Amino acid sequence: MTVEEAVAEVTDGMTIGIGGWGSRRKPMALVRALVRRGVRDLTVVSYGGPDIGILCATGQLKKAVYGFVSLDSIPLEPHFRKARQNGALEAVELDEGMFLLGLRAAAQRLPFLPTRAGLGSDVLKINPHLKTVKSPYEDGEELVAVPALNVDVAFIHMNRADASGNGQTLGRDPYFDNLFCMAAKKAYMSCEKIVSTDELVNGGPLQSLLINRMMVSGVVEAPGGAHFTECHPDYPRDEKLQREYAATAKDENAWKAFRAKYLDVTEADYQNAVSP
Amino acid sequence: MSRDEATRADVCALAIAECFRGDGEIMVSAMGTSPSLGARLAKSTFEPDLLMTDGFNLLLRKPLPLGVAPSDHDVEGWMPFGTVFETLWWGRRHVMMGASQIDRFGNQNIACIGRWEQPKAQLLGVRGAPGNTINHVTSYWVPNHNARALVAKVDMVSGVGYDRAAALGPETSRFHEIRRVVSNLGVFDFNTPDHRMRVVSLHPGVELQQVIDNTGFELAVPDGLDTTPVPTPEQLGILRELDPQGYAQKEVAT
Repeated sequence: MTVEEAVAEVTDGMTIGIGGWGSRRKPMALVRALVRRGVRDLTVVSYGGPDIGILCATGQLKKAVYGFVSLDSIPLEPHFRKARQNGALEAVELDEGMFLLGLRAAAQRLPFLPTRAGLGSDVLKINPHLKTVKSPYEDGEELVAVPALNVDVAFIHMNRADASGNGQTLGRDPYFDNLFCMAAKKAYMSCEKIVSTDELVNGGPLQSLLINRMMVSGVVEAPGGAHFTECHPDYPRDEKLQREYAATAKDENAWKAFRAKYLDVTEADYQNAVSP
Repeated sequence: MSRDEATRADVCALAIAECFRGDGEIMVSAMGTSPSLGARLAKSTFEPDLLMTDGFNLLLRKPLPLGVAPSDHDVEGWMPFGTVFETLWWGRRHVMMGASQIDRFGNQNIACIGRWEQPKAQLLGVRGAPGNTINHVTSYWVPNHNARALVAKVDMVSGVGYDRAAALGPETSRFHEIRRVVSNLGVFDFNTPDHRMRVVSLHPGVELQQVIDNTGFELAVPDGLDTTPVPTPEQLGILRELDPQGYAQKEVAT
C-alpha cells in the first residue's frame, strides 16, 4: 500500500492517533500524506512533536490531545506554541501518565481507568470534562477517571514489518504504538523496510515484535518515513532540517517556502530533497 | 576552570546531590543539566544504590560524565517510558524538575504563562508533573532565582504543592512530598507548620536581602541561617570528572 492509500479514509473532522514520542519515530511520511490530502478540522491524539506542529501550521488541526508537544532537542514546539498563543487550537492537556491510561482504556474498551495523577493539579480545572470516581472498596479513595482516548484512525511507524502487518521496533523504546493501534477503529503502519516474515523474526529479539497483524489494516514501505524525527537505529534525528522547520514559525514566507519544498511534494520528492 | 576552586555551580550541584541523601534503591530522574550533575555526584559518593538512566531508556551501573554516551558495559537495565510510568505509580522514584514558576507552597508551573485558554507563552505543557507530585518525592531546580519564577501565584498548577495536597485529605496526599527547592541563590524546603517555603541555607556570598528581593512571596526565615556547604576537594574532583565540559557552569546565574 502507498502512503496515499493509507490516509485515503481520513475525512474532515476525524480523530487521529499518532504514535512515536516527541520528535522520535513519528510516522512523518503519513503526516505529510495527510497534509497533501488536505483534510481539515482534525483532532490529533499524540505524545506530540512535529506531527502536531505541522498540522497546526497547515491549519488542518482543530483540536490537540496531548501531555506535551516537544521537538526534544528544541524543547518547545514553535508551531504548536504559535497556534496556542493565537487561540487557534482547542486543547486537551493531560498528565503524560493520564494520557497513557486513556490509551489503555480505549484499547481495553473501558470507559475509563482510575489514577491518582491529576488530583490537586489544574489539569482537572482546564479539563472540566474529567470526572473523579470513588473507590467502591473500604479505602473509599477518590481517583481521577481518565476517559478512554478512542480514535478513528491511528498511524505508526516501525523499523521493519512483513507484508501481512507484523511490525518490529529495533529502537530502545517501543513507546505506545501498539496501544494507539488498539485504541483505533483502524490503524496503518509505515515502516523503513518490508521484509519476509523469516527475516522479520530473525531480525531482532522476539520482544521487538510489538505489532501483530490483527492490529493494523495496512502496511506501507516508507524508507525515511519518520524523517526528520529520529528512527533509531536506522537514522538519528535530522537536527538541521528540524531547526529549519522550527525557524519557519517566526516567518510566514519561510514557512511557505518550507511547505512548498518539503510538504506540497510527493513522498519520493521529499526523500530526494532531504537526501544528503 | 580551576580544579580546586568551587564555583556557585559546584555549590548548587552539591546542594542538589544532598536532596537525594537517604533515598537508597530508588530511581532518580533529574531533568536539566545541574540536576543531572548533582544526581550523578550523589550516586558517585553517598547514594551508590540509586538507579539512574542515560536520560533516555538505559539504566547505568555508574554515573558517566555529562554528554558521554554509554557503551554496552555501562548498562545494568532497561527503563523505556512504559516502565517509567509504572515506576512512578509504584512510587520508587524521586524526580527533580524545573519550574517556570513556583509558589510558597511548592505549586509548580511548566505549562504556560498567562491564561491557559490562550496563553501569552505556551511552555511545555504539564508533562508528568501532576502524576509525579501526587505519587512520589519531588524536588525542584531554579537556575535563575527571581520574582518572576518564585511567584505569589502560579498561572497554572502543573506540579501539586502542599496546600493543594492538604485539601485532598491525608489519604489521597499520603505519597506527596516536595523535598527541597535548590536555586542559584540558596536551598529551600517546606518544613514549617503549614508547609510554607523556608530558607534552609544561602549559598556562599549570597545575602538574605538578595533572596527576599528576588522572591515574589514571603519566605519563612529561621534564626541562624546556614551557609550551603561548599564541595570538599574530593567532591570537587568528582564534579570536574562528571562535567569536564563545564555545562553546569554555563547554566548557573550568579
